[in-house]
Amino acid sequence: MRIELEKRPERSATMAWASPLIAVLATVVTGGLIFAAIGKPPLTALWIFFLEPFSSLWSLEELVVKATPLILIGVGLSVAYRANVWNIGAEGQFTFGALMGAIVPIFFNSWQSPLTLVAMLALGVLGGMIWAAIPALLKIKAGANEILVSLMLVYVAQLLLDWLVRGPWRDPKGYNFPKSVGFEDWQTMPVFGGGRLNLGIVLALVAAAALAILMRRTMKGFEVRVLGEAPRAGRFAGFSSDRMTLFVFLLSGGLAGLAGIVEVASTVGQLQPNISPGYGFTAIIVAFLGRLDPIGVVVAALMLAVSYLGGEAAQVALGISDKAARVFQGVLLFWVLACDTLIYYRLRIVRTAPVAEEGAR
Amino acid sequence: MTASGTAAGGAKGEGASAPGFLVEARGVVKRFGAFTANDHVDLAIRPGEIHALLGENGAGKSTLVKMLYGSLQPTAGRIFWKGEPVVVTDPAEARRLGIGMVFQHFSLFEALTVTENIALALSNVSDMNALAARIAAVSKDYGLPLEPRATVADLSVGERQRIEIVRCLLQEPKLLIMDEPTAVLTPQEADQLFLTLERLASEGCAVLYISHRLEEVKRLCHASTILRHGKVVARVDPKQETAASLARLMVGADVHAIRPKHARVAGPTRLYVDQLDLPANGPFAVALDQVSLEVRAGEILAIAGVAGNGQSELFDALSGERHADHPGAVVIDDTPCGHLGVGARRELGAAFVPEERLGHGAVPAFRLSENVVLTRDTIFADAARRLLGFLDFGRADQTAERVSQAYDVRKSRPDPEARSLSGGNLQKFVVGRELDRKPRVLVVNQPTWGVDAGAAALIRQALVDLAADGAGVLVISQDLDEIFEIADRIAVISRGCLSPGYDAHVMTLEKVGLLMGGAHGGSEAIEGALKLREADGRAY
Repeated sequence: MRIELEKRPERSATMAWASPLIAVLATVVTGGLIFAAIGKPPLTALWIFFLEPFSSLWSLEELVVKATPLILIGVGLSVAYRANVWNIGAEGQFTFGALMGAIVPIFFNSWQSPLTLVAMLALGVLGGMIWAAIPALLKIKAGANEILVSLMLVYVAQLLLDWLVRGPWRDPKGYNFPKSVGFEDWQTMPVFGGGRLNLGIVLALVAAAALAILMRRTMKGFEVRVLGEAPRAGRFAGFSSDRMTLFVFLLSGGLAGLAGIVEVASTVGQLQPNISPGYGFTAIIVAFLGRLDPIGVVVAALMLAVSYLGGEAAQVALGISDKAARVFQGVLLFWVLACDTLIYYRLRIVRTAPVAEEGAR
Repeated sequence: MTASGTAAGGAKGEGASAPGFLVEARGVVKRFGAFTANDHVDLAIRPGEIHALLGENGAGKSTLVKMLYGSLQPTAGRIFWKGEPVVVTDPAEARRLGIGMVFQHFSLFEALTVTENIALALSNVSDMNALAARIAAVSKDYGLPLEPRATVADLSVGERQRIEIVRCLLQEPKLLIMDEPTAVLTPQEADQLFLTLERLASEGCAVLYISHRLEEVKRLCHASTILRHGKVVARVDPKQETAASLARLMVGADVHAIRPKHARVAGPTRLYVDQLDLPANGPFAVALDQVSLEVRAGEILAIAGVAGNGQSELFDALSGERHADHPGAVVIDDTPCGHLGVGARRELGAAFVPEERLGHGAVPAFRLSENVVLTRDTIFADAARRLLGFLDFGRADQTAERVSQAYDVRKSRPDPEARSLSGGNLQKFVVGRELDRKPRVLVVNQPTWGVDAGAAALIRQALVDLAADGAGVLVISQDLDEIFEIADRIAVISRGCLSPGYDAHVMTLEKVGLLMGGAHGGSEAIEGALKLREADGRAY
């Protein structure tokens, strides 16, 4: 007896929705097994990890705050991946966007007006675009692999940030701590209700809605999907894959840069060596878990935000390493990609070996 | 069931003294869905015999070979190896039996050396130095000079092929299958390869040789099996045949020997191509060399030729997927457009149907309505919506439905994904989508490739009707039956050169076969080529 994968004639609409749910379920089971293996009570650990984040208003608010950069980056990446362009370096574009946006409060510290924030956000977007344009142009002009170039630029951006906050951009009144001046008033995102919930989530939801419309109803979205599905057909339709590469890199890079400046202008409040717990990489999982669909990405981002909060909670309550959140994200991505097979194939259990003709040895 | 049919060819082969056949396929059938790729095919090869497998594209040659090599399993029928029935479960099993295969497209790692590439294919390599020495010895022995330590990336296509051959030889095969080995070789390299194959045959190794080049087959092979539409139509000794008679067997002599056509009154020039040059864009691609043609309103010009002689390159150049070197190289309705892209050429009233339906003419995962938008991007983003680029999917739906009705596209549900349609139905849709726009110029590559007879008839009729309505139609096809059925004029493409277009009623299969076989060069008169061929029986 063996299990065979049988190709479906069309992609299954049911499975397109069910497969992420199966993936989440499988992740929970795998997580329980991992907790059991390291000697923690699995059910308690799972409760702390996955359900406690929903148990109080404070943690729900925090969930949205954590989901904001994931949505902003994830929707951009979902469009890029739809076009079959592999921007893996959103973390770098996030960092460079934050750097560029921070020029305003660091160099024009006394400028306070609503325009200050607008200028910061615009520079953040621009920074992300600049950082994303490098792998895009290298791919178009020199055929360089965009996966490697965009990924390696992450480390360049992070080291650049590290050097700036330890050197030229260090707060002169900061007792030599490696951080910039703190951002104040119009140099930060307006908050709702006195907590950490800020305008960023509105920007994120607007971006998600805009890209959902772009992908579903417009020529540009059609172009993205054609070039991603069948490049040859795209060329036949008269679309240019070079221009598409640049477009999706600028789009996803710009949104990652926006996420970067929103993050430093809200929860972080200044530039420091670490401004992100790996949002740019987690957003890759978000994009796939969200079925590369902008609306799906919003849901997926909330789910992944749980893993951040749960990771922190588990660290406090059970003494599990904070790397646990990364492990869960990895396990989740594994199951998401594995379950995607079910959209195009169905499982079939074959009882006997195939018919052997009389000629079989 | 016996294999007596092979006696005619086999008796003269050098393996004639052998008591039996080395490998034999009896009554082999392979079906893909409703399509029968091999229909009760018998093939028998003796040890030491170089056996040609001939047939047009789609005749079922590769299907048969894949079953011998274990990549496909027959639906019915049996394969015998040295008289014993065997089931070749996979290529590894084929290699264990002693069957080696050299594919047309190589599978080599460019960054690795010759020795490393060969080591990957062998199951137990303990000593790389010993292997290198063996490679050097074998390659020298068989006249296939090869440096074991060279990196593959630095080697020519001919040298890469030698790696594949040496890789097979190291496994001491009893049967070597070669798929179009000379397609990528220079004449000198090909000559060297023939010596190697003759040497192998003299040592008792059988060779199954697949080629479109009939002169080669005549020179090299001891026997041949000719397939047509999945059936064996003849087994002949190629040495007793002429290239023209082999071509006739391949394409079928009984249909449309000469068919007079009423010459239509030709209108103004719709499509004009002037000395179009296009460099090859890969090792397996063909360069176009000074291609010129003219299609007038009301006529169908057909371009015949064996696959891989520049047809897809010509299509790309005409559709604008690749640009010509000067604007005047392609002229649509008096507008030079060699420098324009696909969209601009469509706006001039041209329409294109590529050879490959899935992935080129249509996006497999898209619904038919979305695939309508593919070739009419400018129309479905109409003026008011254009500014924001919104698409009118409602209209796309209507168009898809209209095309489906008009061209009898049978589908299981209202708006299915393109890939769920059968080949014939999808082709009707892709052709219908273009005809629905009432184009003034239509360029179509292989309009009925892999399509059932009913769909083929419908499509051909639609092309004839389009021309009758005053459009200029250019059909690129490898199906000579089709060409003689619908063409007003016929030209032949061979190694990137296009012959002049001849009136269909003065063309014969024989002449087409000669032009296909390589009597190329537009200036060469076909009568002269014919005489030359018959005088010494050689192509060049």
